[in-house]
Amino acid sequence: MESGMKIEVQSLVKTYASQRALDGLSLSLPPGTRCLALIGPSGGGKSTLLRHLGGLELPDSGSIEVNGNPLSTNEIELRSYRRKNGFLFQGYNLFPHLTARQNIILPLVQVHGKSMVEAEDLAATKLARFGLAGHAEKLPVQLSGGQQQRVALIRALVSSPELLFLDEPTAALDPEMTVEVLELVRELILGGQDVILCTHEMGFARAVADVIAFVAAGKISESAPPEALFNSPRNPDVARFLSRVLEFR
Amino acid sequence: MKLRTFLLGLLVLLVLGLACWQVLASLRYQWNWAGIWEQREIMLRGWGLTILISLGALLGTLVFGLILAIGQETKEPVTRAICRGYVELIRGTPLLTQLLLGYYVIAAAFHLDNKIIAGILLLTAFEAAYMAEILRGGVASIERSQWDAARALGLDRRQTWRFVILPQALRRVLPGMAGQCASLVKDSSLLSVIGIAEFAKQTDVAVSSTSSPLEGYLPMAIGYLALTLPLSWLARKLEQKWKVA
Repeated sequence: MESGMKIEVQSLVKTYASQRALDGLSLSLPPGTRCLALIGPSGGGKSTLLRHLGGLELPDSGSIEVNGNPLSTNEIELRSYRRKNGFLFQGYNLFPHLTARQNIILPLVQVHGKSMVEAEDLAATKLARFGLAGHAEKLPVQLSGGQQQRVALIRALVSSPELLFLDEPTAALDPEMTVEVLELVRELILGGQDVILCTHEMGFARAVADVIAFVAAGKISESAPPEALFNSPRNPDVARFLSRVLEFR
Repeated sequence: MKLRTFLLGLLVLLVLGLACWQVLASLRYQWNWAGIWEQREIMLRGWGLTILISLGALLGTLVFGLILAIGQETKEPVTRAICRGYVELIRGTPLLTQLLLGYYVIAAAFHLDNKIIAGILLLTAFEAAYMAEILRGGVASIERSQWDAARALGLDRRQTWRFVILPQALRRVLPGMAGQCASLVKDSSLLSVIGIAEFAKQTDVAVSSTSSPLEGYLPMAIGYLALTLPLSWLARKLEQKWKVA
């Protein structure tokens, strides 16, 4: 199999109430892309684009093709697409009534048809690897934000997803916990996991992404490899945004 | 602090007791406990039937209430409208009317002659509408992000309800549900109007044959309390147990 992911987005439009979140957005990735980072101003549409790519939202019009397959509009086909991938949310979205271990096991048993023994085994291995062995029996409220996000990351990862979507995975975390989660994500990417993320962490995006796409006003203003985009942005809006967010770096 | 609370409680009880005693004294009430003791079997049998009917209706209410609650949340418009309409209809009319119409018209039309079964069904039909609203409130209080997470993991709708939404919603509405269960027990006393020999009806029978109302109605109040207090106690226990979530 050719390495990297293939994403083709054609004139994607999505309107919520009267707000046009995606306004004819198109995007195509060069071959061999392993990590795509979506950056841009808040409310510009990067989370919405990510939710569409992850099969969580249906566009009003336009099309998305992932690794050669057009994304279906049929809920059952879309569900099997979501089952192949992993999605991490800004607010972790762990199930609060289940322990860390149960959060990880639930999809393994119910969605991926693993036996209880296999699932327990997998969960224990991952929890240990992510430094959470002592926290398996805790409920989400008993964990710190960083620990919760790591549990959520395991839950998204444990079924070996083709693509891993990360929706501002560190936006709710303090700087120390942010580093704790970002290090894990970088490890995953280095380990060969294909990742699409949206983030406000410019340094991180620059370090891990093969392609950075700048999303604003429901469109891609510019997409390029990190060096090109950060050093010599062609779009004046991108240049203005970057000079402002990087002012204190 | 504890002693003060205790003494205060004692004082309140004393004052209330005195007030009751004053009221009774002004009635010049002649106690006749021996008469009602003769009727104890009649009343006990009624109490037993109230328990039976309550248990049956409780089970029915939980099942039917859940169906109505989920029915109102489905995307299918006809099911949603039927469930919504049913809940509004039931909540907008008195239980007494429903019992009379239900028994003398609907049950009669279906040739349902067993009064006890008819009573259980009618009580279920009434209480389920309220239970559905309580459950629906609990479901509505679950954040959208929980549905999102379930969808992202690939759970189907049934799995999402069963493993994610209901366990959380139930925990949140437990006190309300326990209150509704207590209401159900008390509401069962209205079944006397369709001639079911439950606790309230039997107490009436005992009272009228001995003409000693207080000796009948006081044990009746205690008899209902004996059923409703354990329900709220149980609810409080479960609530504590699930507090963290």
